[in-house]
Amino acid sequence: MASKPRVRAPKSASKGEVVEIKTLISHKMESGQRKDSDGNVIPRQIINHFEARFNGEPFFIAEIEPAVSANPYISFYHQPQESGEYEFVWNDDDGSTYSKKSKLTVEG
Amino acid sequence: MNTTFKAMAAAIALGLPALALTTGPAFADEMAEGKWGEYQVGDKRSGYTYAGPETRAMQDDEFQNPAMLWLDTGMSEWENAAGDAGKACADCHGDAEESMAGVATKYPVYSEETGKMMNLEQRINFCRTENMQAEPYKWESDELLGMTAYVKNQSKGMPVDVSIDGPAKEFWEKGKEFYETRRGQLDLACTHCHVDNAGNLIRAETLSQGQGNGFPLYRLKWQKVGSLHRRFRGCNNNIRAEKLPYGSDEYTNLELYVTWRGNGLPIETPAVRK
Repeated sequence: MASKPRVRAPKSASKGEVVEIKTLISHKMESGQRKDSDGNVIPRQIINHFEARFNGEPFFIAEIEPAVSANPYISFYHQPQESGEYEFVWNDDDGSTYSKKSKLTVEG
Repeated sequence: MNTTFKAMAAAIALGLPALALTTGPAFADEMAEGKWGEYQVGDKRSGYTYAGPETRAMQDDEFQNPAMLWLDTGMSEWENAAGDAGKACADCHGDAEESMAGVATKYPVYSEETGKMMNLEQRINFCRTENMQAEPYKWESDELLGMTAYVKNQSKGMPVDVSIDGPAKEFWEKGKEFYETRRGQLDLACTHCHVDNAGNLIRAETLSQGQGNGFPLYRLKWQKVGSLHRRFRGCNNNIRAEKLPYGSDEYTNLELYVTWRGNGLPIETPAVRK
């Protein structure tokens, strides 16, 4: 299945409010420790790095290891002080990156 | 920040949904009092009531439920024109939220065209080959699972209402016979686990009633969505019996019987199970 990220982030928040952000991406997270029916090692392919940025500034970074299950779900919190744009980036072992953006308006 | 990350990473590494850490205990208490809510109808109990609090929390949070990724696939396939007729599902059926509401509660149904029972997967592929003149989806492909889950999800919360009247009767009887027949090296029938011992342990696992109302569902062991027929194959394998092919008549008849057993339970698709 092609990796498609899903993100739930608020569209608006009041200044200094702590908001929860949830992310989910479809990925097989092949650990590199399994063998196929012929006994050959199935090469590792996981999402190895996740980054959440706000106006370009990373505020949550996760280094992900092979023990993490398929379709990793990551949730975390952020305290925005100004309006801006979130960017969420997932890095794949095969060099590709998946990203999603979301705008946030801070009132007051 | 650093400690938050460590806690988070630990939660990921263990495969535990972070949400469950906060909602788990309160939920467990409620369950202990026997309040199964809509998940129990008379003696019938959804597999949801046998699942652990973490698994239930994953199902309850529509965002956290990984099966929603497959529903997205189903939703885009619904609009996707394919085959020589150049049609998509949406061209005939319009908005799935309207046209498909309640449809899945009736499946499997007897099909005049084929003279046997047809489950939802088979109906979708029948539509593809006959009306769209397209290649059928492969069994257990993301597209077929996604489409089946998407269609069935339009009936979420509605009670399963399978008919075994008329021509369906003989197939129901075949399904019932399969359900009650001992098979495999362990010489077990479906009934021995799912009727006689629901709620008891088999090794470390809790046996459920084997209800089909949540399928296709996301199973943590599979790390993906799977069909009821995949579950049948797993069960048959566990008792060291012959696994039958996906979509075989035997399994479709069995699906009729199993689904009929759960008449009245709400459709949960896409459920999450361990």
